Amino acid sequence: MAMTATYGHARTDPHHIGRVAEHAGPAPKRIVTAYGFWVFLLSDIVMFSCFFAAYAVLVSQTADGPKGSEIFEQRNVAIETVCLLLSSFTCGMASIAADVRNRFWFYLGMAVTCVLGLAFLSIEFREFADLVSRGYGPSRSAFLTAFFSLVGCHGLHVSAGVLWLLTMMAQVFAKGFRADILRRMMCFALFWHALDIIWVAVFSVVYLLGGAP
Amino acid sequence: MLGKLDWSAIPFGQPIPLVAGAVVLVAILGVLIWVVVKGHLPYLWHEWITSVDHKRIGVMYVLLASVMLLRGGSDAIMMRIQQAIAYQSQGYLPPEHYNQIFSAHGTIMIFFVAMPFVIGLMNLVVPLQLGVRDVAFPTLNSVGFWLTATGALLVNVSLVVGEFARTGWLAFPPLSELSYSPGVGVDYYAWSLQISGVGTLVAGINLVTTVLKLRTRGMNYLRMPMFCWTTLASNLLIVAAFPILTATLAMLLLDRYLGFHFFTNEAGGNVMMFMNLIWAWGHPEVYILVLPAFGIYSEVVSTFSGKPLFGYRSMVLATMAICVISFMVWLHHFFTMGAGPDVNAIFGIASMIIAVPTGVKIYNWLFTMYGGRIRFATPMLWSVGFMVTFIIGGLTGVLVAVPPADFVLHNSMFLVAHFHNVIIGGVLFGAFAGFEYWFPKAFGFRLDERWGKAGFWFTFTGFWITFMPLYVVGMLGMTRRMQHYDVAAWRPWMLVAAIGMAVLTIGVVCQVMQLVVSIRNRAALRDRTGDPWDGRSLEWATSSPPPVFNFAFHPDVRGEDAYWAMKQHAKEQQLAHHAEPEYEDIEMPRNSPTGFVCAFFATITGFALIWHIWWMVILGVLGAFATFVVFAWRDHDEYVIPAAEVARIDRVNIEERRSLVSMAGAI
Ligand code: HEM
Ligand SMILES: [Cu+2]
Repeated sequence: MAMTATYGHARTDPHHIGRVAEHAGPAPKRIVTAYGFWVFLLSDIVMFSCFFAAYAVLVSQTADGPKGSEIFEQRNVAIETVCLLLSSFTCGMASIAADVRNRFWFYLGMAVTCVLGLAFLSIEFREFADLVSRGYGPSRSAFLTAFFSLVGCHGLHVSAGVLWLLTMMAQVFAKGFRADILRRMMCFALFWHALDIIWVAVFSVVYLLGGAP
Repeated sequence: MLGKLDWSAIPFGQPIPLVAGAVVLVAILGVLIWVVVKGHLPYLWHEWITSVDHKRIGVMYVLLASVMLLRGGSDAIMMRIQQAIAYQSQGYLPPEHYNQIFSAHGTIMIFFVAMPFVIGLMNLVVPLQLGVRDVAFPTLNSVGFWLTATGALLVNVSLVVGEFARTGWLAFPPLSELSYSPGVGVDYYAWSLQISGVGTLVAGINLVTTVLKLRTRGMNYLRMPMFCWTTLASNLLIVAAFPILTATLAMLLLDRYLGFHFFTNEAGGNVMMFMNLIWAWGHPEVYILVLPAFGIYSEVVSTFSGKPLFGYRSMVLATMAICVISFMVWLHHFFTMGAGPDVNAIFGIASMIIAVPTGVKIYNWLFTMYGGRIRFATPMLWSVGFMVTFIIGGLTGVLVAVPPADFVLHNSMFLVAHFHNVIIGGVLFGAFAGFEYWFPKAFGFRLDERWGKAGFWFTFTGFWITFMPLYVVGMLGMTRRMQHYDVAAWRPWMLVAAIGMAVLTIGVVCQVMQLVVSIRNRAALRDRTGDPWDGRSLEWATSSPPPVFNFAFHPDVRGEDAYWAMKQHAKEQQLAHHAEPEYEDIEMPRNSPTGFVCAFFATITGFALIWHIWWMVILGVLGAFATFVVFAWRDHDEYVIPAAEVARIDRVNIEERRSLVSMAGAI
């Protein structure tokens, strides 16, 4: 817009707002992408909150089935937690490696993250399978319904994260550290760290509070 | 092999859906054949289906909404006829069919009419008003639209294959649980909302990011047009509320598919939890719909009064206040369900507080008009009609927010009258106003004013004749969703309402005619200046329809009502000749079939889930995942428009505008 670009002096500014700092224009792509992904993560956290709320409402509705304290194994949960926290660290290493464009450390960081994620998933899967085989599946009681859904929802997110992680490794392998690949990597890292934060909440609300006798 | 699907799913015994379905099917096939035979398919594919241009996507949203409005409208006509004749008789609809109709009507009107309409207008207009080239995530935008279309498609499929829910538009358990609704109706409902809900969330994220991160130079927050503010508020609500809907429907589906116990009567499930969750989404939802409409009224009223919006800052404040408070009142939807007097009182008061910022808005619009040079073009008529109508709807809203009054009026026809009062008089009128106002921007020609005004007056009168009687029968004790009744006192009012529906229908016909006539006369109605209404914000600073890149330069904003100020300034300068600016290459996102292909797989997956066809579910999900990977693998997602091309396109626009301004200067 030629005129727009050259004539744009506002004489009519009835509230004298024009004196505030001028907005500089559209943000760079990296910022826009990260910002949008943040907004998505917030909405994902809202969804998790609903499952947390359901758990809080239903935690005592055991319908004569087992209570949390009778079925949770704190040792397993501790191992899971360590896996996930460590994986957040290695994911951070991979991000740094991507930023300095070091392939070796990038692949290594991602691979370790993947292994830790899979270890977490397999422990969780064993826990679920064990409960189901003892007749304590999600349809046994409202409490178990809420438990399986909340923890399972987190598990599904981790599984999706692992798939994404492998895709990221393949992309870097095929295309190198291009700007768009780096933006995706940044989103992936945000996602993985967010899962960690949610796990801390799951761990505290489900296993610590819900597991109290 | 085909899960629960067999021949009994086709309602051979019921003539109405079968005939309706056949007609629609023939119509769709006819259009498809016409498109293919005439060779329009490549055009449609390249210019629309795979387009990632926010303007095109906006138009497609509005088109979807308009088509679904006709579908939801025919449901409304059927219900009004049924209630008019079902006095001491069964009427012409079997009860379970009537139940499907009101459930489908409510679901369609909220999710596939009102939502796509406002999202479409926001998509079309907001980047233009912000002076930018596109939304933050163009391809995602297309995915969002096509997922919404998937949801709409699934609802319509239920007409001929299987059945729709009979549980009302919010599918309250335990009625919607497997033991009470064993058919596929609730599954149709839940999966179509689940899929289109993802689309809505995507649109919300996109628009929030666009408003917060992409504004042009100098477009400070307190210089954004009002519509951008209400878009921001509405989309913040989408981002915060739609995940609640997703979670709630997921819980219901887990109950139905895997025998979970979130909301069942057995094993400790909790029905009230559903009420709280669904309304924690549901109440913000009505503000998601009405806030953009408020923004449209603000733009329209100020343009057609020839004045800046009165109390701009208080308007911003009111918008954000509504955005926050709307999350704190959900319990007013179930005052009668035993939360106790204290809780009810708190939520009642919170509900009434929303009336304050809303009142502020009404006063601001009135003061904007006061002393202005008002032109009663069609968009302005819808806006003034809204103010009159909405005041009644708002007052009855405050009334039902009083818990003792609500104990009498809950689930009565009074309530039906109230929410139609606000949803038609607020959202739909706003959508129509925006449609009339921005149509020339989108297509480059104005709409016929005579048919438009006729459309307004018939719709407006028809609305009052249809819905005011419902207030009365509500007071007379008629509850909602009645298939037939035996109370003589209600009968005359139901007849009046049916007549009103007929008048309303004439209004709709007028609007269709308006479109037909205007397309025919488009040469005479052409808008060459890009600024047919003497507008005030930046969307009018570019040509109509805008070029793909919207603006050859990012406009530089120096105050409120940016384009108005530019025009004034240009007049003052007597258009002294300016040297032609240096044009630069522009990068734009490439078209992509990702959205369409994703929606294709989503449709397959949704249909398979509804009918428990598990191999097809797996196929659909794999297909969707593959689409994503393929999309992620693209190497070139942008193309460059060379500076010479930009210059060529822009010069035409500048010349037209020069003549416009010099003409105005001569007066
Ligand atoms: C055009 C004229 C319209 C008429 C005559 C009409 C008529 C009706 C009727 C008769 C009902 C059933 C009430 C009952 O017995 O429970 C109903 C329900 C409803 N309508 Fe409309 N409607 C119209 C437009 C709309 C629009 C534009 C919307 C939304 C944008 C809408 C949203 C709803 C909703 C959410 C329900 C509740 C459905 C339920 O009971 O579950 N309606 N309408
Ligand atoms: Cu409400």
